Amino acid sequence: MPIARGLRGIGARVVNGVWRIGFGARFFMMTLFYSGMSFRRFRLTVRELFFTGVMSLIIILVAGLFVGIVLGMQGYETLKRYGSESALGTLVALSLVRELGPVLAALLFASRAGSAMTAEIGLMKATEQISAMEMMAVNPIARVVAPRFWAGVISMPLLAAMFSAMGVFGGYMVGVVMIGVDEGSFWSQMQSAVDFQHDILNGVIKSLVFGVAVTVISLFEGYDAPPTAEGVSGATTRTVVQSSLAILLLDVILTAFMFRGD
Amino acid sequence: MERTTLDLWVGMFVVAGFGALMVLAFKVGNLSTYNVSQSYQLQAYFDNIGGLKAQASVKSAGVLVGRVTDVKLDTTLYKARVTMNIDKRYQFPKDTFANILTSGLLGEQYIGLMPGGDEVMLKDGEEFKKTQSAVVLEDLIGKFLYGKAEDSK
Amino acid sequence: MLSEALVEIRDVNFAYDSRPILKGINMSFPKGRLIAIMGLSGCGKTTLLRHIGGVLKPTKGYVKVDGQVIHELDQDGLYRMRRKMGMLFQFGALFTDMTVFDNVAFQMREHTDLPEEIIRDLVMMKLHAVGLYGTQNLMPAELSGGMARRVALARTIALDPMLIMYDEPFAGLDPISLTVVGQLIRRLNDALGATSIVVTHDVQESLKIVDYIYFVSDGAIIAEGTADDIRASGEAFVHQFVYGEMDGPIPFHYPAGDFNLDLGVKDQRGAA
Ligand SMILES: Nc1ncnc2c1ncn2[C@@H]1O[C@H](COP(=O)(O)OP(=O)(O)OP(=O)(O)O)[C@@H](O)[C@H]1O
Ligand SMILES: [Mg+2]
Repeated sequence: MPIARGLRGIGARVVNGVWRIGFGARFFMMTLFYSGMSFRRFRLTVRELFFTGVMSLIIILVAGLFVGIVLGMQGYETLKRYGSESALGTLVALSLVRELGPVLAALLFASRAGSAMTAEIGLMKATEQISAMEMMAVNPIARVVAPRFWAGVISMPLLAAMFSAMGVFGGYMVGVVMIGVDEGSFWSQMQSAVDFQHDILNGVIKSLVFGVAVTVISLFEGYDAPPTAEGVSGATTRTVVQSSLAILLLDVILTAFMFRGD
Repeated sequence: MERTTLDLWVGMFVVAGFGALMVLAFKVGNLSTYNVSQSYQLQAYFDNIGGLKAQASVKSAGVLVGRVTDVKLDTTLYKARVTMNIDKRYQFPKDTFANILTSGLLGEQYIGLMPGGDEVMLKDGEEFKKTQSAVVLEDLIGKFLYGKAEDSK
Repeated sequence: MLSEALVEIRDVNFAYDSRPILKGINMSFPKGRLIAIMGLSGCGKTTLLRHIGGVLKPTKGYVKVDGQVIHELDQDGLYRMRRKMGMLFQFGALFTDMTVFDNVAFQMREHTDLPEEIIRDLVMMKLHAVGLYGTQNLMPAELSGGMARRVALARTIALDPMLIMYDEPFAGLDPISLTVVGQLIRRLNDALGATSIVVTHDVQESLKIVDYIYFVSDGAIIAEGTADDIRASGEAFVHQFVYGEMDGPIPFHYPAGDFNLDLGVKDQRGAA
């Protein structure tokens, strides 16, 4: 009965998925519960900040610059048709601060730092380092997972801000320095259109939410990975796929709440 | 515990991150012209606000002086009550005109303030007595067509 | 076996996904003794150690350590108990993101407030004891398998535990290190006044050092006794194991039917 088997397969997948969601939620709560050590011994978190934040810096800065340059060129092309080249600054800044900065930085972060976290924790589990730690009466959630979680949550908004700042700089280079849009109107229109609370703070909130989502997914996938080479490589792939989907889905929800157009 | 190069890198990362946030706040955004504690509230009633929204700018002689914080329908007067935060540095006479204007033909709507000659200035919580509603493009086009039709009779 | 038992295993049963692994194990480890658990690969030795460490729960029976039933402890109680235990993992399980020094210092830093100088001295002592003084700045990836195991051994005894479990301490060691580690296990046990459990396949080496031996086959104890008892034992499977003979009562194969049937050499009725 191939149909019955197919149905049973779908059923099993759904049950397994729900199971994992529950387990993931408990994992997240445990991480929060055992976060004390991440702050009492902040050095542990600083170390992870290096591996998640500093190591993602180059790719974020370069990508931000490129995105800004492209926005500058495309934006100019479009705005020129309506004779509003002076709004280029507004276009570049709003696109970056509200959307592209948080979203693209989070996507890059997921594939750069998130996948590395999954692989690291998955391998620690496969080589029994996690069990060894438990046998030494050290809680691996507190010692290994929580510092990575907080490092990710702290780095994400900072990386997104750097991405946006680099992007605005790229747009400025293209628009003002190369094409010759009036510098004064570039900045002043941008400043009068970009609101600190409405645009910048909301962008920071977005990137915080993405940071939580990406690190929880990455850490959970690593922790839940079957202790084999295929298990870890599969988990790494899942981290990138699930994080990306989560970022985009959360972006839809957050945007709907934040920019309802009222 | 000794300091390591790792600490230095992380320190630089955090400083650069907050630096970028500052740049966004002051150079890209309007935090330099935006200070909640240094502002006061004014209100105005309009018959029709057109497409005016919260966060719209309030300008006087083209200079940004504040922002719309709230738009509500007053159900006793059936008029739109617009609340705005105005920068403390700018004071306006009692007989200032508040108009809803549009930047460009299809641009965003904002409130333009045209100061009168009164000696007494508006204080926190007071309202503009003289207002002019938004020009609604549909009405304008309607009028224009209607006028044409009248003419051709 | 008169002295008081530190670890007591009573009628422990355990199954992985309904496949029984342990079937009614009874053991008792008196204080200060060095005891070996031997058996073929896959007979459930590591699983048994995991029960003592409280990683797995028995489906029936209990494991008592220092008077407390392990699977009835809450997380705090279990962690307090584990501080008094040391476990050498079968594959070392060194923390790959830390140097040898940090690995050995790990528990001292996690569980004590000792100043860094004292930790340094202690770590050097432990490394010296396993013959690896001078490797403190290497990463685990830069060690050979045997060296990694000795570092793991140094890490296991870092806090001088009262109960030390060794899962295959002899695998992958050259003959000299093997003797050294064997002697080391014996000396550590006596010097620390600890109780040690050695899980191993290495009959000859362990017969030299241990006080008592349990033989496990297919999840149950099939023989036990002191080293001399074992050497002199007339029981066929003990003899087979001690002298490494191919033929005997202990099956070499995983229990899964007749391979010849699968090959089609024999027909269903069993005629060749
Ligand atoms: N996580 C697991 N899930 C299912 N079965 C397992 C698991 N771990 C071990 N087993 C099974 O339990 C049995 C006993 O495993 P265990 O690791 O205790 O063997 P062992 O005696 O230590 O063998 P070795 O001497 O090779 O280390 C094996 O048959 C193995 O297939
Ligand atoms: Mg084993």
